[in-house]
Amino acid sequence: MSKNIDIIENPVLKVENLSIAYNKADKYAVKDVNVTIKKNAITAIMGPSGCGKSTMLRAINRMHELYPDIRTEGNIYLNGDNIMKMDTIQLRRKIGMVFQRPNPFPTMSIYDNVIAGYKLNGIRIKKSQRDDIVERSLTDVALWNEVKDSLHKKGTFLSGGQQQRLCIARSIAFQPEVILLDEPTSALDPIATSKVEDLLVKLKENYTIVLVTHNMSQAARISEYSMFMYLGDLVEYGKTKMMFTNPRDKKTEEYLTGKFG
Amino acid sequence: MKSDTITKYVLLLSSLVILLVSAGMIFSLLGDAIPVFEKFGWRFIISTDWNPTEGRESYGALPFIAGTLSTSLLALIICLPMAFSTALFIAEYFKKSSFSTVLSSMVDLLAGVPSIVYGLWGFYTLRPFIVSLGLDSQGYGIFTSGLILAIMIIPYATSLSAEIIAMVPNELKEAAYALGATRMEVIFNVILPNARSGIIASFILAFGRALGETMAVTMLIGNANIIPTGLFSTGNSMASVIANQFGEADGLKMSALIAIGLLLFVITGIVNAIGKLVIKKLS
Amino acid sequence: MENINTPIELTKNSAFRALKDKAFLWGVIIVSIITISPIVLIIGKLVWKGVSQINLSFFTEITPSTFEAMTAVASGEVIPGGIVNGILGTFLIVFLSAIIAIPVGILIGLFLFENQGKRYANLIRSLSDILQGVPSIVLGLIAYLWVVKNVTQGYSALAGSVALAIMMLPLIIRSTEETMKMIPGTLKEAGLALGVPYYKVILKVLIPSGISGLSTGILLAISRILGETAPLMLTTLGNPMINWDVTAPTSAVPLLIWDFYNDPNMVDLIWSSSLFLMGFVLTLNIISKRIAAKQ
Repeated sequence: MSKNIDIIENPVLKVENLSIAYNKADKYAVKDVNVTIKKNAITAIMGPSGCGKSTMLRAINRMHELYPDIRTEGNIYLNGDNIMKMDTIQLRRKIGMVFQRPNPFPTMSIYDNVIAGYKLNGIRIKKSQRDDIVERSLTDVALWNEVKDSLHKKGTFLSGGQQQRLCIARSIAFQPEVILLDEPTSALDPIATSKVEDLLVKLKENYTIVLVTHNMSQAARISEYSMFMYLGDLVEYGKTKMMFTNPRDKKTEEYLTGKFG
Repeated sequence: MKSDTITKYVLLLSSLVILLVSAGMIFSLLGDAIPVFEKFGWRFIISTDWNPTEGRESYGALPFIAGTLSTSLLALIICLPMAFSTALFIAEYFKKSSFSTVLSSMVDLLAGVPSIVYGLWGFYTLRPFIVSLGLDSQGYGIFTSGLILAIMIIPYATSLSAEIIAMVPNELKEAAYALGATRMEVIFNVILPNARSGIIASFILAFGRALGETMAVTMLIGNANIIPTGLFSTGNSMASVIANQFGEADGLKMSALIAIGLLLFVITGIVNAIGKLVIKKLS
Repeated sequence: MENINTPIELTKNSAFRALKDKAFLWGVIIVSIITISPIVLIIGKLVWKGVSQINLSFFTEITPSTFEAMTAVASGEVIPGGIVNGILGTFLIVFLSAIIAIPVGILIGLFLFENQGKRYANLIRSLSDILQGVPSIVLGLIAYLWVVKNVTQGYSALAGSVALAIMMLPLIIRSTEETMKMIPGTLKEAGLALGVPYYKVILKVLIPSGISGLSTGILLAISRILGETAPLMLTTLGNPMINWDVTAPTSAVPLLIWDFYNDPNMVDLIWSSSLFLMGFVLTLNIISKRIAAKQ
């Protein structure tokens, strides 16, 4: 791997020799990846489809284990604790996730969607506290003014962009340390996309954000660090500006200039 | 005439068969049930008296209605946790694995067993088992019938529920997992609320099946023309009284049996219509 | 923006939740196994009790008289005779139902397919759905009123076939419509664009392309009616002899099982007859699954 990176002091996440294989065959989706991720920054993972970027992201809160017959080697540390040894309940409370397609729970109201994490985990909190969390989370994603009068309606009548922001609110309502986003704007129109991008930039003050994207300009616009993955290998990792202006690896250059992808 | 026009008319004409059969059924059942309703009126439905002795003839269908409803309800209650677990096994926990294939083909096999074979198995295996557990001295009655009915309707409830459960979008489940929910919590907070109306419909349709089952119930319910008084009480169901007493019936008694058939037709029709409506709302 | 910093305490309940999750999984597995266990127990019982009764004469001879059966049982021998009258009766009745229900069912299925979304077609589809839910004993009553009383003036194979045909009809209608929906619309249009009359498109394009779907539906419908007992008790009655006359009383395997069950001398024959019936139903099921899987 080519590095163009200064050593990140006190990283939030540290990925060590991570390899992931689907099925029993020795076909690796992620091959021996080593990486550290900076606190309160946006880190983008790029690469052509099938390069392992989603698998890599999902491994960070062990969502990849939902598929049967998965084999994982290596370790990931969250603030020094090995997540492979953590209880997934605890882990996912600390590392939240937002998905490609907006997926608010269609049977729950907007209000219930925001506090779904509390409800699902059986945490009992006072009504006033709940109201507080809902308001703050929705304010943080700039959705409060749009939905404050329809909090108890189902979230499915919202537009795609609003739904995605609701999903981000659902994730931050639980006060995670890291938020993982898997191509969060690929199902949205340009205006909704730019709203979500603005939001992410604001959110990085309080959260560490890891974002998978197939949209290079998005990575260039909002991320501080970038990874380029190809066929399961982490080809290049470093400051986004450096990577876009002066890629070290030929594959990265080809990808960034649109020769494949 | 152009051949395409003829084809269209042939198809249209064939559809009339369904109209004729449906209308004819109601017409025939009503026509032959009228004598008994003329003679007894509402008493036919609310009376418990069933006496075919000539001169003192009296027919009341309440015991049979009670028997049908109680066995079918019991079947539904027993079927609920079993079909639900099996549907979860097939469509959630072991989805797409060979375990699930094996289990669902066995459920299909359960649907293929003829009613009379269920009756034999109930009579020679289930009934002695209930006696040996000390639940009842004879082993006939509402409980045994309800139990065998439950086994008979499980495949219907299971396969439809499994289909609905499998349709719950993966994205929603993942959203809940990402919030730290356990699988069980995902099932109860995401899958169930999303699949609710489909699952309810599948149990309504299964209940409709139980209402009309004849042979297995006939062999196990005890065929006593009384309103069941408890779980292990004997009784009789609408379908089995028709099967049992049809051979020696004529005149007013035949009319009474046909009237019971009409009631059964109406009750199952309503139950099935509700089930189909719930499904339609879903799609 | 600041963090709310309400302490979120998960440590206390997470072990308990993980335990509950495991327990629920095991509950599901155990209940599922209990749920399907009857099929194993039933088939096991039929094979265990029935196999010894099955021999060549079982398939070639008619049912014994009660007296013959009683003497055999008394001297500890295998009950003589067979169930050929029932087997042939079942064939006759089912064959008759099939030739009534299959053509009509396919035509109605095509009609529904051609008239998607129209109100009259929706009515027919709903009626067909309701028909599917009618208890078989009620269909027996109907066939009695229509055929036994008015057509054959007595119990007859035809009456039983009418009852079973009404039972098959909705199944065939549905499977025809579903199959037709699966055939790419371009296939039909290609035929029509060539100026081929529509009935020829049906016979030469639609039905051949959907043949496996149609035959799966037909086989499943037949396997559903094979074991029906109640409607036959009201219509075909039974017959100790082989009968090919569709207007005369006719036996059928499920009817024989019912007779054997009620006759203490012949009760041993219930297992072999049930095994035969069950085997037949299973074979049809397996064949139809194979056809469906091949598609």
